[in-house]
Amino acid sequence: MIMMMRYNIEGGDFSAAGRASSEVKKTLKQFNISSLVLRRIAVALYEAEMNVVAHAWKGIMNVDIQPQRISVVIEDEGPGIEDIGKAMEEGFSTASDEVRQMGFGAGMGLPNIKRNSDEMILSSTPNVGTRLEITVNF
Amino acid sequence: MKINNFNRMKLEKVNELISGTILQDCHSSCDYTKAFASDLMSDVLRFMMEDTVLITGLCTIQAIRTAEMSNISCIVFARDKRVTEDMLKLAKEKHIAVIVTKSTMFEVSGKLYQGGLEPVY
Repeated sequence: MIMMMRYNIEGGDFSAAGRASSEVKKTLKQFNISSLVLRRIAVALYEAEMNVVAHAWKGIMNVDIQPQRISVVIEDEGPGIEDIGKAMEEGFSTASDEVRQMGFGAGMGLPNIKRNSDEMILSSTPNVGTRLEITVNF
Repeated sequence: MKINNFNRMKLEKVNELISGTILQDCHSSCDYTKAFASDLMSDVLRFMMEDTVLITGLCTIQAIRTAEMSNISCIVFARDKRVTEDMLKLAKEKHIAVIVTKSTMFEVSGKLYQGGLEPVY
């Protein structure tokens, strides 16, 4: 199985948040991947997707499925992250009240992504955008 | 009095214990063994949630999405929340059962714990 997928993510569109991650999970379900690995991938992607919806103006999720692993790059145009070290700390958040009302924004998204991925590369330019690369081995 | 011999229970039993209403059945034979109560979805996403009932007062589409991502097949909306058509539609599509109850999260948690469900760590 080798597959590439690409999804647009709209900033601020909370009702649609999770659609891209849901599609990826649905696609992966067709393959012989354990439900625990599937959950790790879905959770990491969903948190990443929520981050774009919550913080950025728009973003793209590029998914690359290979026989032994999945690699996903989520790139957004947005305010970026001033201090990545701080953003990785549990409990640190710059989320709005609207995001908190949706059950997110408690400063657990990035740590959750790290916990559920085998490799995570995060880079950001303030006032330009953020790039997050997640790899999970099957 | 608490008598808790941890055990398994079907959706109907969960509903009966909390005097709820099943708005959407997941049509699975899932035996629930654990429950987790939270309004913070990132907290839900932190743990292994197989065979777990999610108890929440956060009545949004994101609660359904969170359940989907976490492999949760039963959500209890406490505190008499109104579940929207969009939420039910997504729940149906993802085979997630939806129960509503007038009881608070505290009451629902207590009743399910007493009934034999385990906490999630």
